[in-house]
Amino acid sequence: MDNTPALIVIAPLLAALLAGLAVWIEERLSYLIALTGLAISTFSAVKVLMQVIDSGTIQYRMAGWAPPMGIEYRIDLLNAMVLLLVASIAFLNLLASYKSVDQETNDRPGSFYTIYLLFVTGLLGVTATGDLFNLYVLIEITSLTSYAMVALGDRDRGPLASLNYVFIGVIGASFYLLGVGYLYLKTGSLNMVDVANILSGIHGSSTVLVAFILCMIGIWIKMALFPMHVWLPNAYTYSPVAFARIVAPLMTKVMVYVMIRLMITVFGFDYVFETLNLADAVVWLATIAVLAGGVMALSQKNLKKMLTYIIVCEIGYMVGGAWMGNQLGMTGAILHILNDALMTFALFLAVGNMVYRLKKVDLPDLQGLFGKMPWTMAGFVLAAFSIIGVPPTCGFFSKWYLILGAFEAGAYHFAAALIISSLICAVLFFKVFEICFFDPMSEGHGHGDSHSHVTIEEAPVSMLIVSGLVSLSLIVAGLYSGTIVNTIILPFLK
Amino acid sequence: MTDLLPLIVAKYNYWLYVILMMIGLYAMIAKNNLIKKLVGMNIFQTAIILFYVSIGYKTDATIPIIQNAHGGQGAHSAVIHAADYINPLPHVLMLTAIVVSVATFGVAMALAVRIYQRYQTLEEDELRMRLADIGLEE
Repeated sequence: MDNTPALIVIAPLLAALLAGLAVWIEERLSYLIALTGLAISTFSAVKVLMQVIDSGTIQYRMAGWAPPMGIEYRIDLLNAMVLLLVASIAFLNLLASYKSVDQETNDRPGSFYTIYLLFVTGLLGVTATGDLFNLYVLIEITSLTSYAMVALGDRDRGPLASLNYVFIGVIGASFYLLGVGYLYLKTGSLNMVDVANILSGIHGSSTVLVAFILCMIGIWIKMALFPMHVWLPNAYTYSPVAFARIVAPLMTKVMVYVMIRLMITVFGFDYVFETLNLADAVVWLATIAVLAGGVMALSQKNLKKMLTYIIVCEIGYMVGGAWMGNQLGMTGAILHILNDALMTFALFLAVGNMVYRLKKVDLPDLQGLFGKMPWTMAGFVLAAFSIIGVPPTCGFFSKWYLILGAFEAGAYHFAAALIISSLICAVLFFKVFEICFFDPMSEGHGHGDSHSHVTIEEAPVSMLIVSGLVSLSLIVAGLYSGTIVNTIILPFLK
Repeated sequence: MTDLLPLIVAKYNYWLYVILMMIGLYAMIAKNNLIKKLVGMNIFQTAIILFYVSIGYKTDATIPIIQNAHGGQGAHSAVIHAADYINPLPHVLMLTAIVVSVATFGVAMALAVRIYQRYQTLEEDELRMRLADIGLEE
């Protein structure tokens, strides 16, 4: 039996163990172990994706136990894409993080790498698994590690933000667990495909309805769909930047993946859109989320916090697209998982570079950055254009599918919200560009105190290379979005 | 009312878990002290564990251990009926869930200690005042 699917998840898990131990020998070693683990994981993910495109869904039996009794990793086109996305972003971020981890977690880089790897293990497991209860456990692994990470960040506000995140995270996970309980009660199985087969005969059952609603609410809390988003901005703003860079693009996107997986594989399209009459209400909720996220982002004074509200807005896009009930909307939502992860990653990489030099990123601190950090700002501008949805970048294409889907479903309010929020994002980012462009401090009233003024220079090369690479990938993903849709998303939805 | 009462009596385990869960949720939302909130969180999680444990139960069934299954006297002498044994799977799942909830509780307690060390209080309103004093509240 080919063990590559398991290797994706197990490599970072073992690396986490070794990285924790290696600290006692040599601190640098734990970084190298983490890098190796994620490289193996990324490589396996590429291999699995190729395999899935060639020969269809892979069913991997953990320890050889046959489903539905055993735990199964079921990797189809959708998982394979998200797995590669998670593994490669985690790997690239680690490449860029060496210096900023040293700077931010002063005495404990070893524990940072261990928690980081466990977090990635959790995300990869959530994506790969085909078992509902296994999914819960892995969601909790991701959440527990991110609680710890947030607390490693800002010394004053980190622990408090983290504790609030714990309270809400526990409620979310518990709702999901309860939903799984009801599903088990009705079907006697935990394997996703097995549950789906049994459910197809009992669509009218109110137990199934309760299970569906509980699962959805749990996942929505975890993905920070407005108005369940309150934990996200503080938690992401006050975490160490090396962690913010990975949690912001990945955590919420993986939860969107879980929602789509539950909707398509477990409950089934017929159940969600024909038996239930919830789609309209959810699309309205998503519309409000898109608008509210944009407006709240507009009122922020800290760049990092502003971007976290943009995540809230983007979640609205994906939820709305997925609940549109047609193929175009679902295509847009899935494509947006990929694109949004890439562009949020590119944005946070640029912000990470700024934080590395500036220490804090309130908007007034950014003055004159175009002159001082031109490469970082180039990456930032490209990512911002992608969020706004300027054509050659990938953000445009997924928005295009989402808008087409909205028109087909007659959800004009959602299409309108999409366009308005794109405008809000444009206003937002041009405001930031304007601040970064002008530099009244340096010339205006210089009393010869240039030595007291900290000179800002460009970020380290390792961080710049990754940032540049990811920003370029936004254009590449944009140009190849037709290929992605035709080889991955449409065959999956068939 | 005549319909409701039998419903409550017949499914009392569900009602109990819902009530416990709501008590926990109430504490998490309404209490001012962080430790009380943590206790609420624990009640909330325990309620779900009780729900799972109760769904494995069957009337007149015993623990799922087959006597002499590994040989010895009377091995395979009788036909085994699934109805004679309670369902162990939900209980096994809850072992994992208990581990998760203990881990969450541990992390949350550690965070509470960090907050107390920094601000000398665990009351939410006082925390908010301290944050405002040092100019961190937005």
